Amino acid sequence: MAELTAALIKKGAEAELYRGTWLGYDAVFKRRVRKEYRNPDLDLFIRGSRTSLESKLLAEARRNGVPTPVVFFIDLQSFEIIMSYVPGSPIKNVIPCMADAEVQQRFTEIGEMVGRMHKGGLVHGDLTTSNIIVDGKKVFFIDFGLGERTVELEARGVDIHLMRRALESSHHRVSKIAYASFIGGYSRIMGKAAEDVLARVDAIRRRGRYVDGER
Amino acid sequence: MSSVQYVLGIECTAHTFGCGVISSEGRVLSNSKSEYTPKTGGIHPREASQHHAAAAPSTIKDALKASGLALSDMGAIAFSAGPGLGPCLRTGATVARMLSLLACKPLVPVNHCIGHIEIGRMVTNEDDPLVVYVSGGNTIVSAYSDGRYRIFGETLDIALGNCLDTFARALGLQHPGVPKLEALANEGKNFIPLPYVVKGQDMSYSGLLTTAMRKAESCDRHDLSLSLLEVAYGMLAEVTERALAHTEKPTVLLTGGVARSVRLQRILASVCKEHSAKFFVVPPDLAGDNGAMIAWTGYVALKEGLDVDIGSSYIKPKWRMDEVEVPWRN
Repeated sequence: MAELTAALIKKGAEAELYRGTWLGYDAVFKRRVRKEYRNPDLDLFIRGSRTSLESKLLAEARRNGVPTPVVFFIDLQSFEIIMSYVPGSPIKNVIPCMADAEVQQRFTEIGEMVGRMHKGGLVHGDLTTSNIIVDGKKVFFIDFGLGERTVELEARGVDIHLMRRALESSHHRVSKIAYASFIGGYSRIMGKAAEDVLARVDAIRRRGRYVDGER
Repeated sequence: MSSVQYVLGIECTAHTFGCGVISSEGRVLSNSKSEYTPKTGGIHPREASQHHAAAAPSTIKDALKASGLALSDMGAIAFSAGPGLGPCLRTGATVARMLSLLACKPLVPVNHCIGHIEIGRMVTNEDDPLVVYVSGGNTIVSAYSDGRYRIFGETLDIALGNCLDTFARALGLQHPGVPKLEALANEGKNFIPLPYVVKGQDMSYSGLLTTAMRKAESCDRHDLSLSLLEVAYGMLAEVTERALAHTEKPTVLLTGGVARSVRLQRILASVCKEHSAKFFVVPPDLAGDNGAMIAWTGYVALKEGLDVDIGSSYIKPKWRMDEVEVPWRN
């Protein structure tokens, strides 16, 4: 099924991304590759479950109004998802040249989108600035391999916690304003339910090692 | 007067009392230690601190003797101010304050985690690695950015070394448990599914430990050891790989007590190979907690004027690594 002309565009941590065409569409082939260092049984389990989960969550997020690539095809033999190509670049690379006002606007929108996911009963599981693509006016979410179908407070809290951590570790300059905007957008969609999630985010942070207020 | 300076470092955060002497050229002149080993169970903080108080005089004498220098030759006294067990930290700090007063030399508090990183950077001569720091108390993947060591992934609960040590004790293995577990694992044949918990860039080892302990009664110990190590190291390898893909650092540095694990070294070397990164491991004698790493980090901090008055030389049992400004990296 894979096109012979597909070219490697990115070697990520767990998958290789190829760009090519699929039935005439501009497509990305995401292939979860075998990890030499991993026990073969564990390796098959992780690649299989994540491939299947990711394809379902990509579609489900989209149904909840969150822009994601369109899934064309799934091949569980070769652990491959074929999906529509999304132009643009990871927001990680764009943040350094953003003015504060733009950071505010983008992260409000990102917060709203994460709110829609959570409201729709799913969590992303790996919310970092590498997994959000900006293309002109739109933001796309990718990489749902660590996601989950759940409405649990804990899973939602981990999502927000990861976003905060990503901002603090990689985008120190704008982390405060980006996070505040993100929470603003998130709360707008989640309404009162956001309060419980944010309380859990603090609890998760305190659970970490050597954090102020750790019990 | 010679331009070479010497710094004496006191390490005392957990089960090791260490004293090391380094020179400003980065030579480790001595690195003595005395380890507290509980008869049963894990570290008892009060008993550990009593061991350290008793072991301090002879360990310091050893270190000075081996270095061929006197206390008066030191340019500063460095000590690990945190993170760690309160009673141990207080003992180490008291010893360091006393040495500082005796020698009339500046006192430099050092963050223990950063000590592990700086000694690794110094001996491998790698300026800007992605650091994988694994020990009985910490599991942190970090890299320098914008004035601090930023944490990309860490354990959400117990440390990797803690997980493996506790499991080894449950199997009746004596300290140090990790090499014995690895020997058992080498005989393992079947993989037993255990909770593999990676949340974003973070790991969780507590559920893995609980499940492995429960299965210890019914499963073959070789298979179970193999599975536990595969899952525990596999999680760390995945997080390391994510951090490597995210930061695009050219090298990976493995440091901390668990850096001695040959199996973990092999796994991380494989990760590095896939991402064309160079892989470095801190030598065994500098991998575990030791005084030389504190001395060296104290030296680089001293150059930045980070020594403190005795009156404000507080210990910080919960001192996170990413709270520390590291001006020497600018």
